[in-house]
Amino acid sequence: MTSPTTPIAASAVTGAPEPPPSALIRQRTRAAWIFLTPTLIAMALVAGWPLARTFWFAFTDANLTDLGASQFVGLESLKYVLEDPDWWTTVWTTFRFAFVSVFLETLLGLIIALSLNAHFRGRAVLRAAVLVPWAIPTVVSARMWAWMFNDIYGVINAIFLKLGLINEALAWTAEPGLSFVAVVAVDVWKTTPFMALLILAALQMLPGDIYEAAKIDGAGPIRSFFQVTLPLLRGPLMVAIIFRMLDALRVFDVFFVLTGGSTDTMPMAGYARQRMFEYQEIGVGSASASLLFAIIALFTAVYMVVGRVKLTGD
Amino acid sequence: MKKVLAGLAAAATFIAPSLALAEKLVIACGSVGQEADVCKQGAEAWAKKTGNTVELMSVPQDAGQQLAQFQQLLAAGSADVDVIRIDVVWPGLMANNFIDLKPYFGDDVLKEHFQPIVKNNTVNGKLIAIPWFTDAGLLYYRQDLLEKHGQKPPTTWQELAQSAKVVLEAEKKAGDSKLVGFVFQGKAYEGLTCNALEWIDSFNGGTIVDSTGKVTVNNPKAVEAVDFFAGLVGNVVPKGVLNYQEEEARNAFQAGNAVFMRNWPYAWALVNGKDSPVAGKVGVMALPKGGADGKATGTLGGWQLGVSKFSKNQKLAADLVKYLTSPEEQKRRALVASFNPTIMSLYKDAELLKANPFMGKLYETFVNAVPRPTITGTKYNQVSTEFRNAVYSTLTGKGKAADNLKKVEGKLNNLGKGGKW
Amino acid sequence: MRWIKKIAFWLLLAVITVYTLFPFYWAIVSSLKTGSSLFEVDPWPKEAAWSNYSAVFTAQPFGQNILNSVIVATAVVVLSLLLGLTASFALARIEFRGRSLLLLMVLGVSMFPQIAVLSGMFELVRWLGFYNKLPALIVSNLILTLPFTVWVLTTFMRELPKELEEAAIVDGATPATIVFRVFLPLLGPAMATTGLLAFISAWNEFLFALTFTQSDSVRTVPVAIALFSGGSAFETPWGLIMAASVIVTVPLVVLVLIFQRKIVSGLTAGAVKG
Repeated sequence: MTSPTTPIAASAVTGAPEPPPSALIRQRTRAAWIFLTPTLIAMALVAGWPLARTFWFAFTDANLTDLGASQFVGLESLKYVLEDPDWWTTVWTTFRFAFVSVFLETLLGLIIALSLNAHFRGRAVLRAAVLVPWAIPTVVSARMWAWMFNDIYGVINAIFLKLGLINEALAWTAEPGLSFVAVVAVDVWKTTPFMALLILAALQMLPGDIYEAAKIDGAGPIRSFFQVTLPLLRGPLMVAIIFRMLDALRVFDVFFVLTGGSTDTMPMAGYARQRMFEYQEIGVGSASASLLFAIIALFTAVYMVVGRVKLTGD
Repeated sequence: MKKVLAGLAAAATFIAPSLALAEKLVIACGSVGQEADVCKQGAEAWAKKTGNTVELMSVPQDAGQQLAQFQQLLAAGSADVDVIRIDVVWPGLMANNFIDLKPYFGDDVLKEHFQPIVKNNTVNGKLIAIPWFTDAGLLYYRQDLLEKHGQKPPTTWQELAQSAKVVLEAEKKAGDSKLVGFVFQGKAYEGLTCNALEWIDSFNGGTIVDSTGKVTVNNPKAVEAVDFFAGLVGNVVPKGVLNYQEEEARNAFQAGNAVFMRNWPYAWALVNGKDSPVAGKVGVMALPKGGADGKATGTLGGWQLGVSKFSKNQKLAADLVKYLTSPEEQKRRALVASFNPTIMSLYKDAELLKANPFMGKLYETFVNAVPRPTITGTKYNQVSTEFRNAVYSTLTGKGKAADNLKKVEGKLNNLGKGGKW
Repeated sequence: MRWIKKIAFWLLLAVITVYTLFPFYWAIVSSLKTGSSLFEVDPWPKEAAWSNYSAVFTAQPFGQNILNSVIVATAVVVLSLLLGLTASFALARIEFRGRSLLLLMVLGVSMFPQIAVLSGMFELVRWLGFYNKLPALIVSNLILTLPFTVWVLTTFMRELPKELEEAAIVDGATPATIVFRVFLPLLGPAMATTGLLAFISAWNEFLFALTFTQSDSVRTVPVAIALFSGGSAFETPWGLIMAASVIVTVPLVVLVLIFQRKIVSGLTAGAVKG
């Protein structure tokens, strides 16, 4: 990623004692805050406040039947969640799901993006085609796949049986092991295009003359990919991976539609929702939701340090 | 232009009074099988009679998800729904948000219903819902297939497994690759709680939590029962059942792909419907016993109608409930869709018994159905979830019933300390 | 040697195409089957039955559901782009104290698990009087699309050549002029891409829609499909569900096709090669 630092900010780079800011800098800083205000207000309203409320509920014994009558109970709810083996089962499930599916999505997304980046007839059609899975609501794709995975009438069993890959019809959505495979398959199918799209956007920003230079140096396509393309793609790829990872960690709907609702096949978000709305324990539910939030935040922080993702582009 | 406006004004004043009288009510009923259709017919008949309009709110099929939806609606204090259909295990969970129906229903009306259900719907002296139909688990079987292979309807679960095996082997040889032995509700949701409670009770293994509030789930009989069914999964019970709700089971059975099915009475009208491939070939009986010294049992299900306390038309809503739970409407629902009435006298109605012979034959099953442990009050949902998750784990081969039920026992003892729920 | 490469390449394209389109194809095929033929695994329907498509609209107010989804998604996209454009300019092109912190915050909000704000959002929606009304979904969906839009637009903004901005500053342009006159024309493709992504995520949103709308006339498409109980009690509504799925997907495919050119032609950011 090239980083255009505005020339106005020279002082930050030189590290010299700051001169009094010029009128221009003052004007631009003021403009920045004015520009940011509407977004900040919107975010405070739809994100900050609800999150704060959830954190508050996490320290109470709030119950859905009567939200007004909640008592402050300190760390009770949190303790309950941490001591619940079911919670850890869902943590494990979610992480496994996130790693496996994001890894596969990145790999496939790269392959698809590189193919789409080549010039061939019908490229536009294929590009649109690739987007189809992503254009379908998750609930719908989950139901479509549920139908394909159906144990008795499913096309997947029929095809696999014909090919001799399996010798009896499998219950894809019922067995915990298989349903994990099913959920990953749906998620990968659905989100690979998103990865491909983001990678493709980055690919098309790469200057063509670099490849010319690599060609002159006698680098083959594979070498030029690893030595030229990949390093240049690192930034956008990281952004894409972070986004997908965070998305995968808070997964809810694929599991909700496709699997049975036992804790053996439940993501963290499902655990929290079950506690909130099926057991009506807003307190415990909020505690687990806050934990999920904390896990994701921690994960992001570690990831950004390790991946050295630049926030400001400087 | 002026003329038009004047005309409009006149028309408006003319229409206004009738508009003021016609109210719109919203009712949430069920969505399994033809529930929604049958409910709609009843509600529209009432609407026509009283000059109001009724709208249906669609709900998920899974009772647990329905509960979540209603809880959200009521917690939001929403007036968008007036009449809500509630499960027999919900009154303790929802009493706060329903109006007391006692002022609208005289004792003479309530006396006609099964008293235990009326009692079940009364929380702290407040009558929060009126019985609408009752349910118990039944065993459906393919009479034609059993006869063809010389099998009798099973009296014990062990016999069922045996008969299913015989029929399967013979039919598979004849080239039917899709046939399975036994389907039930095996997905980890409230339906599995109902199924597993039947298994345990049929083996004389108690009711998870007994009537004094003591946790009884971990006993040798219960372990034996759950292990027995875990042993069926993968041979006469297809693994796919572990993701079945009522409708998936019915679809498999109705398409002619299952020998036995455990389901509620509603399936009777559907499997014998005019488009059904198995119409006329189906027998229905009480669920088998858990071994020779076990007992035939069924989990008590059933649904009631209550009025939300946030309804803007409580009086009208109560009138709609009155209409829908009346003997005439309950009879119509029994004839059209085999919903069991909650009004005792209807069980002597010849027309009704002709359409649903099992209602007479299995009357005892319905009256003596085993209730789910609602003594656990607001914790019921958690108790049910912990229990069914343990059963589900056992069915999928994650551990043995002995260990899984022991874990549940520990959890439930934590939830209800010293039998206090 | 050359043609082996060519064949391999086309084979790869074929695999990609089949993999992405087969489930969709299968949904179309299933939606054209009724009754027992639905349970036969035939690669194409023996006779196309369109009854599922009409049944979708008669069984429930599906037309209304589609309209609801369109209204919500459009409103969310317009709001997110408007807010995101100015915010991303400030974050990408202006040095000021607290910028990194704000970017972190945006990233933070974009990773909010929906479930973590569900109970609080529930209260907010109630308080605004939006419960069981479309605005509830417009407001709540912003949490999904706004940070994402800001983040992606910021990434795009950084790529724009600084010479343009410097030239404009020399000409005495205010920041607002720079955003709307200089950058916006160049950002068309970026806006299209981001807008499309935001539209799709709003269109697909499930959990909020499941929680904040309950009446059939207010439901959006995903929830309507998830709760499809079918028009007839005598067959699984799989045919109906598939028909509904196809109907929902078509407008999105059309949308992608329309924006196709914009995305293709414009992703090469920067009008001036530095």
